[in-house]
Amino acid sequence: MHMHGTGHHHPSAGEGGDEVSSWRMILTMGTIGLLAGLLIVVTYQLTLPIIEQNKAQYLQRAIFDVLPGASRKRAFIVEKDGRLRPEQGKEKHGYKVYAGYDREGRLVGIAIEAKGQGFQDVIQLIYGYDPEREVIVGMKVLESKETPGLGSKIETDPEFIANFKALEVKLKPDMSDLEHPLEMVKKGQKTAAWQIEAITGATISSRAITHILLKSSREILPLIRKNLDMLKQEAP
Amino acid sequence: MKAEQNTSMDILLKGIWKENPVFVQVLGMCPVLAVTNSVINSIVMGFATTFVLVMSSFFVSLFRKLIPRQVRIASYIMIIATFVTVAEYIIQAISLEVHKSLGAFISLIVVNCIILGRAEAFASKYPVKEAVMDALGMGAGFTLAVLSLGVVRELLGNGTLAGVSIMGPSFEPWSIMILPGGAFFVLGAWLLFFNWLRERAKRQQERVMV
Repeated sequence: MHMHGTGHHHPSAGEGGDEVSSWRMILTMGTIGLLAGLLIVVTYQLTLPIIEQNKAQYLQRAIFDVLPGASRKRAFIVEKDGRLRPEQGKEKHGYKVYAGYDREGRLVGIAIEAKGQGFQDVIQLIYGYDPEREVIVGMKVLESKETPGLGSKIETDPEFIANFKALEVKLKPDMSDLEHPLEMVKKGQKTAAWQIEAITGATISSRAITHILLKSSREILPLIRKNLDMLKQEAP
Repeated sequence: MKAEQNTSMDILLKGIWKENPVFVQVLGMCPVLAVTNSVINSIVMGFATTFVLVMSSFFVSLFRKLIPRQVRIASYIMIIATFVTVAEYIIQAISLEVHKSLGAFISLIVVNCIILGRAEAFASKYPVKEAVMDALGMGAGFTLAVLSLGVVRELLGNGTLAGVSIMGPSFEPWSIMILPGGAFFVLGAWLLFFNWLRERAKRQQERVMV
């Protein structure tokens, strides 16, 4: 590493000329470590409530973004055995889905979080599912590290986002799979309601989104349909 | 260089112009190339680095007589890493979006050699006041440098400045500018420009002397 770049080097005690006992070195490092730890803990404690609030607000906005027409929401926990139950108070753990209701208390759709491998790192997203029409009605990327200017367009490109206004995810009658699995096509070649038009120059990121949605909808949508009656009630 | 000429103002200014960490010393290239794809990213990276630089220079200078030479680098790194962690929490508390777009590069301030370089070359040898002035100057120089890359790259690569459309809807963005390749082009162009300025000033000085 470049250390003496600026010519301010003063002649100081020669290297190794001054003997220092080991325990003094340990004591110095230990003291600095202790002070550093204290400072980090204090900062962590002070900023934690604000950061958590920011995250909650961000998710809240995303939920209403992917469920157009919703004005209220209620969280449900997906149990490991595949059952759904309403969230009690504020639960920190468990996989959640969010049911959104309009002003009259009718179920508008369900917001579902999903994630999967993108071009560089995991992409996290949330999408809205309308069980009435069996379509995806909105999609928002929550976290991604795709290439700025190319892959990152999955978050900003209006034409790409328009793919998710009415994307068909109809289940087979026995709910074993989607009637027509989601597929990616080149820009301008969309012919069916279950196709997603890729972003030119960002095929890998577009395909990643398609895969994440396909995998998640295969897993979660049957659960949602089985529990639709519970989801339709806004109040417990 | 004569130490007695180093008034606080000179120490502050040399980081911005005469010894600019990016354009003259060509240090800290990783963040300069990686996060300057937008104006906001550049500003946040510049401020975060300045914060870490000032705080660590302050403590390195304060403890300079207590830290044994043999463990000085390890101690400096510990001090720097502490303030990087603090800066990361603060940025997360201010805006999740900014934290998201800077990603791992905030933690990587730890290994920015400008900071360790100033701790070793300056803060460990001078009193607190001079050390802080030096850190402020270097931080300002670094911020100006990343900003000058960020402005050009966002304007040409996206047609916007800090998210506000400047070039209008008919502008076809030069996508290369916000990709890594664009960072090298813009850095090269700025280095060329500053070296030309410096050469010209030197030539004019020589002419005056003759």
